[in-house]
Amino acid sequence: MALLEVRDVTVAFGGVRALSDVAISVEGGRITGLIGPNGAGKSTLFDVISGLRRPSSGQVFIDGHEVTRLGPTRRSRHGLARTFQRLELFGRLSVRDNLLVAAELGAHRRQAAALVDEILDRVGLTRLADTSADTLSTGVARLVEVARALAARPKVLLLDEPAAGQDPDETERFADLLRSLAAEGTTVLIVEHDMDLVMSVCDDLHVLDLGKVIASGRPEEIRRNEVVLAAYLGDAA
Amino acid sequence: MEQFLTFGIVGLSTAAIYAVIGSGLVLTYTTTGVFNFAHGAAGMMAAFAYWQLTEGWGLPVPLALILVLAVLAPGFGLLVERLVLRPVQGMGDAERLVMTVAMLSGLIAISRWVWDPNEARSLPKFFENADSIDIGPATITWHQAITMIVAVVVAIGLRVLLYGTRVGAEMRASVDDRALVGLTGANPVRANKVAWILGTQLAAIGGILIAPAVTLDAAQLSLLIVSAYTAAIFGRLRSLPLTFVGAIVVGCLESYLTGYLPQNQYLPGLRLAAPALLLFLALLVFPHRRLRGRDTKARPVPVPSVRGTLLFAGAIVVFGLVLASLLGEGELITYGQIFSFGVIALSYIPLAGYAGQISLCQLSVAGVGAAVWAHAGGHGELWALALAVVVSAVVGALIALPALRLSGVYLALGTTAFAFILDRWIFTLPSFEIGGLKISLFDGGAVDVAGPSLFGWHLDDGSELMVFAAVWLALASIAVMALRRGRFGRQLIALRDSEAAYATLGGNLLLAKMAVFALSAGIAGLGGALYGMQQRSVSGDQFSFVAGLPLYLVAVVGGLTAVGNGLFTGLALGGSFPVIAAAGTFAQNVTSLMPALAGLGLAKNPDGAVAEVRSGYEAVGRNKPVLGVLGVALAALWALQLQDVLDGWTTFWLALLALVAAQAIAQALEGRQARSAASDVPVEWWGVRRGWRREDEEVLARGIAGG
Repeated sequence: MALLEVRDVTVAFGGVRALSDVAISVEGGRITGLIGPNGAGKSTLFDVISGLRRPSSGQVFIDGHEVTRLGPTRRSRHGLARTFQRLELFGRLSVRDNLLVAAELGAHRRQAAALVDEILDRVGLTRLADTSADTLSTGVARLVEVARALAARPKVLLLDEPAAGQDPDETERFADLLRSLAAEGTTVLIVEHDMDLVMSVCDDLHVLDLGKVIASGRPEEIRRNEVVLAAYLGDAA
Repeated sequence: MEQFLTFGIVGLSTAAIYAVIGSGLVLTYTTTGVFNFAHGAAGMMAAFAYWQLTEGWGLPVPLALILVLAVLAPGFGLLVERLVLRPVQGMGDAERLVMTVAMLSGLIAISRWVWDPNEARSLPKFFENADSIDIGPATITWHQAITMIVAVVVAIGLRVLLYGTRVGAEMRASVDDRALVGLTGANPVRANKVAWILGTQLAAIGGILIAPAVTLDAAQLSLLIVSAYTAAIFGRLRSLPLTFVGAIVVGCLESYLTGYLPQNQYLPGLRLAAPALLLFLALLVFPHRRLRGRDTKARPVPVPSVRGTLLFAGAIVVFGLVLASLLGEGELITYGQIFSFGVIALSYIPLAGYAGQISLCQLSVAGVGAAVWAHAGGHGELWALALAVVVSAVVGALIALPALRLSGVYLALGTTAFAFILDRWIFTLPSFEIGGLKISLFDGGAVDVAGPSLFGWHLDDGSELMVFAAVWLALASIAVMALRRGRFGRQLIALRDSEAAYATLGGNLLLAKMAVFALSAGIAGLGGALYGMQQRSVSGDQFSFVAGLPLYLVAVVGGLTAVGNGLFTGLALGGSFPVIAAAGTFAQNVTSLMPALAGLGLAKNPDGAVAEVRSGYEAVGRNKPVLGVLGVALAALWALQLQDVLDGWTTFWLALLALVAAQAIAQALEGRQARSAASDVPVEWWGVRRGWRREDEEVLARGIAGG
């Protein structure tokens, strides 16, 4: 069953259509990738899904509930959490407090501290728990964003370029983390430019170009898709 | 009809002045990105200078005009640009706002120093003796005509400047991207300078033109800024034509309210508050873009330790007890403010320090608390203190509702408008009834305030009230510490750092902001009630917008995230200022200027003074001998004064000396220790030639691991 469904979403800025009639659905417990060249509309779609931007038309469903008219706060109660491409950490708080805020806002207020320690350990951030979030390198900061989203105990996790700025070792560990999350039943929608990562972890892929979905399928199908190759490499290819 | 026309002409000529001042505001904002709260104050200074030249020294009018507009105003503009704003150009909106608020407060203080406010001054209108011009049934005076002509000339002149000259193009370009302007070979500093010169000149023209119509009063003239800002908000701070439209709306509204508002005791204040009400509405109605200007680097919000805060709170209470035992009744009233101002200042910590909401109406809210206590707590009932806190909190939540749509400096403007509405209108009202509920604040004057009763024991002399206030300051400091360490404190900081992340994680922005406004208003209301008890009688003007500025400035200087800031601000305003002012009139004037100077010094020490003081006394706390000697010395001084061996001032200076010396000695000793530790004692002698330290083990472990 589709845990997250986007139906015919259009976002228009004046005359420009950032998204036109985008429809994707994300199956529960799977890792779905959203790829496309810069400016394709990936982050805009994330904003629409998480409720930070109202679509001009179209609908969004989470776990069967229509949430199109709900604000970001209410959507998170349906089990949605996300990270941001341009980091949105709570810079004046420590790493641990960043996670604590998320855990305490979620449904598990009482066990918040224990949950946070467990997640810190799982993503390997225990050592940095008391560091101020503002002083982290970009790669680590992205990992903290992921950890913070996890602390909200989401059913659906939206990750916006989580691996940018990570070295190959870190990326490998991050891929393992994603696989183990999916194995536990968390649904993941990931925007990422690192194709090795995308191809190795994603179960399904959607390709977005100029605001339209130009291809959907399994990674190996997408790899051979000529429309996708043209979009990425130019028509000459 | 005739009356309508007459008031229309008055309104239009006032509008012309607002338009001139407002366009100066827009010009400086669009070019330099600075919201200049001191813009009206610059006009006020010009009006006073012009009065001094013409009425004071008898210079001819044209010469005086040239001196003010072509020499003094540009010079002042350049000075402000160079000394005040260039140092904070790279900082955030909040810091730049503090600078201009400090300037506003400082200019009012300076003009009151130079031109004794108790002496009435007035400026003649231009061509007062010439006949008025008849237009149909109405007449227009030459002064009014000139005012309108000036506005038209300013409008045309600005249009030509901005669209017809190179420097105008540079100014328009720096609206969008300062750095980019620099890269294209244009000179943003020059555009800035031109904007400040022109802006100040426009403020000066406005000040000189409006001064004959109102009394020459520093605060009143400076606060014309509210009307001018209302006009500027109509133009969304960018459009000059719309600013003129806004000015006409404000000017005519004021004039027709004067003409047609029914005469009774409730409404005169409404006319005075009308521009502020309009400003409030305009802020809400006109959509505004996100403010430009980057965020400055976030400084982590310190987490106060439980033990440290408890010790600190204990010290506050002991300090209150000692003061109460030493001071006479009159001094108790003066210095009691240390604790009540301290509580009010503490209200800034959650609101501005944690949640990042700038409010310039905290003292006004404190006024509400004082009034509620005065009426409900006439016999010292303690539930009335709770009521004062609750009512203030409700008022705070009401401010929060519109404030949710505003952020940063717009919020500062909104809360300014709110403070104005309170002190010009609501606080001046006699008692009134709304739906059967009788509401009285200051009954149009002053109200008597009783002390509280604690379990049948009535506190009414100064020493008891001082200790009572000290205990509350201690409790409030502990409460703020608990807040910072708890869930809500974390959420407030989170919501300031990223609203988007806070909301997508399930946080409710609306609730959180209302809660923090209510909480901080509650604290301020408590402080107001305590202040009222000490003063015995309070009136609305003790809680005015202008009176609240030093509180804001000193709190910012103390550091808005420090729990110790309550005591710091209280000590500065309620303690050090009266001490200095005791030295005479000159010193008194200096103290009224001090918050402004301190605010202007912010660029040098953005972390706040409290953090610095605390690190000094942490050294004393670690050094047991020094701490012991200090304690004994202070206790001895206290005993000696109680026995009348020493007089009050001697005790004060000796105690101050002891406190400063203890800190200096402790820090010097630590410095020496650190140096001697650094001077290499070989590893094998660690723990022998010098003490074994906790970190040594780790150093050894690392050394071994590193091979």
